[in-house]
Amino acid sequence: MSPAASALFPYLVRYRHRFALGSVFLVLSTAITLASPWVLKHAIDHLAVRLGPDFMLAAAGPSLASHAAALVGLALAGGACRFLMRRIIIGASREIELDLRNDLFRHLQRLPPAWFQANRTGDLMSRATNDLSAVRMLAGPAIMYTASTSITFVVALVLMLSLSPALTLFALLPLPLVSVVVQRFGSAIYLRSERIQAQLAHMSAVVQEALAGVRVVRAYRREGVEIERFREANEEYVARSRAMIRLQGAFHPTLAFLLGLSALIVLWIGSRHVIDGRLSIGDFVAFNVYVAMLSWPMIAFGWVTNMLQRGLAAWQRMLDVLQVEPAVRDPETPVAPGRIRGAVEFRDLTFAYDGRAVLSGVSARVEPGQVLALVGPTGSGKSTLVDLLPRLYDPPPGTVFVDGIDVRELALDTLRGAIGYVPQEPLLFSETVAGNVAFGVRAAGGAVADAVGLAQLDVDVAGFPRGLDTEVGERGITLSGGQKQRAALARAILTDPRILILDDALSAVDTHTEEAILARLREVMRQRTTILVAHRISTVRDADLILVLDDGRVVERGTHAELVALDGLYAGLHHKQLLQEALEES
Amino acid sequence: MSVHEPEVLGRAYDARLMRRLLGYLRPHRRSVGVALATIAAGSVLQLAQPWLTKVAIDDHIAPGDLDGLDRIALAFLLVLAGSFVLEYVQTWTMQMMGQRIMFDLRMEIYRHLQRLDLRFYDRNPVGRLMTRVTSDVDTLNELFTSGVVTVFRDVFMLAGIMIVLLWMDWRLALVTFAVLPGIAWVTHWFRMNARESYRRVRLQIARINAFLQENISGMATVQLFRREARNFEQFERINRAHRDANLESIFYYATFYPAIEVLGAVATALIVWYGGGRALQDTVELGALVAFLQYSQRFFKPISDLSEKFNILQSAMASSERIFGLLDTPVEITSPTAPQRVPDLVRGASDVAAAVRPRGGADPPAMSPVPGRGSLPVAGPAGSPGGARIRFEHVWFAYRGDEYVLRDVSFEVAAGERVGVVGATGAGKTTLINLLMRFYDVDRGRITVDGIDTREIPLADLRQRFGLVLQDVYLFSGSVRENIRLGHDAIGDAAVRAAARSVHADRFIARLPAGLDSEVGERGATLSVGQRQLLSFARALAFAPEVLLLDEATSSVDTDTERLIQDALHVLMAERTTIAIAHRLSTVQDMDQILVFHKGELREAGTHQQLLVRRGLYHTLYQLQYRDQERAGTPERAAAGQTAPEPAVVDSGSGG
Ligand SMILES: Nc1ncnc2c1ncn2[C@@H]1O[C@H](COP(=O)(O)OP(=O)(O)OP(=O)(O)O)[C@@H](O)[C@H]1O
Ligand SMILES: Nc1ncnc2c1ncn2[C@@H]1O[C@H](COP(=O)(O)OP(=O)(O)OP(=O)(O)O)[C@@H](O)[C@H]1O
Ligand SMILES: [Mg+2]
Ligand SMILES: [Mg+2]
Repeated sequence: MSPAASALFPYLVRYRHRFALGSVFLVLSTAITLASPWVLKHAIDHLAVRLGPDFMLAAAGPSLASHAAALVGLALAGGACRFLMRRIIIGASREIELDLRNDLFRHLQRLPPAWFQANRTGDLMSRATNDLSAVRMLAGPAIMYTASTSITFVVALVLMLSLSPALTLFALLPLPLVSVVVQRFGSAIYLRSERIQAQLAHMSAVVQEALAGVRVVRAYRREGVEIERFREANEEYVARSRAMIRLQGAFHPTLAFLLGLSALIVLWIGSRHVIDGRLSIGDFVAFNVYVAMLSWPMIAFGWVTNMLQRGLAAWQRMLDVLQVEPAVRDPETPVAPGRIRGAVEFRDLTFAYDGRAVLSGVSARVEPGQVLALVGPTGSGKSTLVDLLPRLYDPPPGTVFVDGIDVRELALDTLRGAIGYVPQEPLLFSETVAGNVAFGVRAAGGAVADAVGLAQLDVDVAGFPRGLDTEVGERGITLSGGQKQRAALARAILTDPRILILDDALSAVDTHTEEAILARLREVMRQRTTILVAHRISTVRDADLILVLDDGRVVERGTHAELVALDGLYAGLHHKQLLQEALEES
Repeated sequence: MSVHEPEVLGRAYDARLMRRLLGYLRPHRRSVGVALATIAAGSVLQLAQPWLTKVAIDDHIAPGDLDGLDRIALAFLLVLAGSFVLEYVQTWTMQMMGQRIMFDLRMEIYRHLQRLDLRFYDRNPVGRLMTRVTSDVDTLNELFTSGVVTVFRDVFMLAGIMIVLLWMDWRLALVTFAVLPGIAWVTHWFRMNARESYRRVRLQIARINAFLQENISGMATVQLFRREARNFEQFERINRAHRDANLESIFYYATFYPAIEVLGAVATALIVWYGGGRALQDTVELGALVAFLQYSQRFFKPISDLSEKFNILQSAMASSERIFGLLDTPVEITSPTAPQRVPDLVRGASDVAAAVRPRGGADPPAMSPVPGRGSLPVAGPAGSPGGARIRFEHVWFAYRGDEYVLRDVSFEVAAGERVGVVGATGAGKTTLINLLMRFYDVDRGRITVDGIDTREIPLADLRQRFGLVLQDVYLFSGSVRENIRLGHDAIGDAAVRAAARSVHADRFIARLPAGLDSEVGERGATLSVGQRQLLSFARALAFAPEVLLLDEATSSVDTDTERLIQDALHVLMAERTTIAIAHRLSTVQDMDQILVFHKGELREAGTHQQLLVRRGLYHTLYQLQYRDQERAGTPERAAAGQTAPEPAVVDSGSGG
């Protein structure tokens, strides 16, 4: 078994009892199917005998009725078995699908942002749905058909052997050819399915991006371009499917042809046996019937090969995700600090995104209750620096510390639980306002309302049709820019963090509201650590330590007064901002 | 209403649904014909095999004629080869037809999605719509490839056998048909229930996709808030619902199929009982009875085949309900049927419109990337140097019901004017732009551009006059270059570079690994937020719009760069209209006109000076910023501080 297939094995083993039970019903139903013609034959024989001269008409009724009843009874039993077989085996495959999808999602939740940047959302979605359903076919229907096929095959074979071992041998001559054909087609089907599944994923990624960016598409009349892009993806998908059709179109007839060859050989050789007197003509006819019995297994065999290969290809694609080791993960033996106080230190931190250095030699230290502010031009590394603290990306060992402990030695849960993060681009989920605010913790309504009030969102919420229970749409689409930011702020505050990170978190909020928020935050954050990223000097002025970043380096550091006195970059910025406002005012 | 609420399941009439589905076969009549012919021929060949065997036995084996046998064997081989070819042809035509229908259907859905308005997108999660385009369509595949055609065959066979049975012995035949009402009832039962469960399957699949879409793209937030466990619970719940819906459909199917078989057995039993009885009474020959039995079993073969197809059909119908539901969603915002042409738009705009129209049709006339006007980095629409005149006339608008977000808003922006829009968050500033772009249509009042109602201008013409920088930046995965020109090939490299330069994005682009060709990742994930904003700004400029719409376009950009951009814009937009939304008053202070919004109403309008004199809302906002500065306390500030409340009458335009 290939390593990929063996990775699927545990999922099947989990339901081995069901599969076993299902197989029992499968065997039973097959047996009953084979038995009912026999009853019918019996009934007719019975009639034939009774129609003979010696019988009285009167006795006919009950016996005929009992035969008829037997027929119906058998059909009922067979139907029940088939029902149970389907229910159990296909049901098990649905359970496996559930397990697989859960595991896949659970795994995705462990992968860090960097990994998601390298993989498109639509692609991943396709793996969790389209690929998964191909794998399910492998785990359920394919297994069921294999079992029923094998039984029919064995039964036919036994019957054939009982009539003429020699002729059976001849009839089986094309078998090696069948296995070669299945082998060849099988691996080709695998490769082509892989290409089809990949294209399906690509197509859904194209759709996902275009739909998620619908505003830009409309504003820039990109509809035509998007339709063209989609047409290309769609056409390629059809082209790849066509390659598969060509294969399948040939595969099934080839199997039928080989089976026909068997029949031909039987006819050819068998007739000689009959003429030689080695085989009675009746047996020869019966033998032909049994060969015909093989046609169903042969067809099913084609399907199974198909499902199997397609399923394996899809499974490999799922494994490609499932086997990724999360780059950011819990340490083997996490340090348990008890309660995190919130001291933060960066120690000669150097960081690069795949080779591109973004931070170099950054050092800074803040105590609980203090405010660290980061300013600097666009792209200077501010967000990167704060992203390293909750380990969205992993910093090099020995560079980022919380309460003197390397963040890499803390359990992710402990670390992130102590941090409230308001990202630069707030992302809300399609839930209610309250649901979004209580995203990180299960909180009572009062606490939610408090957090909302602190973020100055209460006035807005009061104007919403259902207040806190208003749905905000995907990504918070039905909120204004500033409302989204404040909801994200409330969400972070509600987690009662020891360290609060505000990454330019009030950029879409007017000055008046910003003032009010900062004033109230100062109260709340008295005993906690705040890290503040901002472009406006007015926002960071009161910080205990201000770092001026430029191109990933700390070029200046100190308090507002110190930095102004230093008369460097910060002072220049400060001066310009003031001057700008002064001029405008004159 | 939750976006995840089950969509309303209309009780579409099956016949209509079916007719509509079959409509997709119409362009492929020839393929259907070929498939039917090959199926017919194939069945003949299939019958030929046992017949050849029979001939071999009766005419050759029994008399011991080996020579004749060779000929039979040859014929047999030919029959095999024939079957091979026919089956190949059949599979190929049917599957290809299926693929082509799927292709067309996907295109149709996608095209419709590209026309649907934003209100629709507010309600429908992306994942759900993706389901419509991909997996819902795939469910129809089997219907078209194996279903439709073989149904013909089965129905045909069924009719044939019924005639034969009636002809052989009409009374026995009627006894056999006695089970037909039973079959009809079982089928009806199955149809009602299976459809419902398949609907639920489709619904859950869409929910799974919507959930995945949202959570995968928001995974960092999920992880930051340690929401994994709860989200997993949520996901598992949907997942279970999906499994349950599937199990339910298995239940119906697993019952239906055996039920049909049992009914078949009942018919056989009836024949044995009733026919046997009659045989005993000598009204029926035994041989005839046996033949009758054999035929009656053939009778049930197409019926059970059909029941198999029926299952495919139910699943396909459930999908097609959803697909047609989407296709039938009316597009609320459309181009007018009799569009008004803006006089000065005729030359310039339609040129550009043609130039930026995506590939297809005639090759686009080249748009000059470098404008005639000296230092201007980007091309201007040749015919409209003055920008557009925009008027809002008593505009009322609500996103939902009658919760008006804009109330009786009227103002005018003269051609070439620069207008600032300020106001508290949630005041309705972005909504103004949404209406101007016709992302939504006004409820009352009207908006005119150069005197023409926006609803009477073709959408593409209207939108191409505006360059919009959205508050929520969106970048596509692809290169920096592609993100600036957005697939409009007419925008040359020079224009792209010029646009990047005017927003000072050129510096960081130069430092990216592959410059303009660097990939930015989904949503621009590998760039800083400010960098993304600069790119989306550059994009607006590269399109050389008559009107620049800036919605907090520099909110995430450092103040130095912001200032530089403003200076650049002064030159760049000198003769064009600019509407800039900003909450930093400094951004809008030197504009020709400032509009102050409050809770959906236009409260004040005028220049900076005029507004200060009014001592209204703007004045209050201004003082807040002023107080802010005062705390910073520098000599300049002290001096300025005194003049602030009583604004000087000096010309404000000179600032900056
Ligand atoms: N798509 C939508 N559906 C429903 N309501 C919406 C939608 N978009 C915005 N709103 C609501 O309309 C009001 C005005 O929103 P708008 O985005 O115009 O505000 P804004 O002035 O741009 O605010 P900000 O400065 O915060 O961006 C807000 O209360 C918001 O919640
Ligand atoms: N995921 C990523 N992969 C590769 N490069 C990245 C990634 N994220 C950011 N960068 C690069 O790292 C640099 C610093 O980005 P960062 O987001 O830290 O800047 P910033 O100081 O927060 O800027 P802004 O003020 O615009 O938010 C930028 O040049 C950016 O292009
Ligand atoms: Mg940043
Ligand atoms: Mg806005």
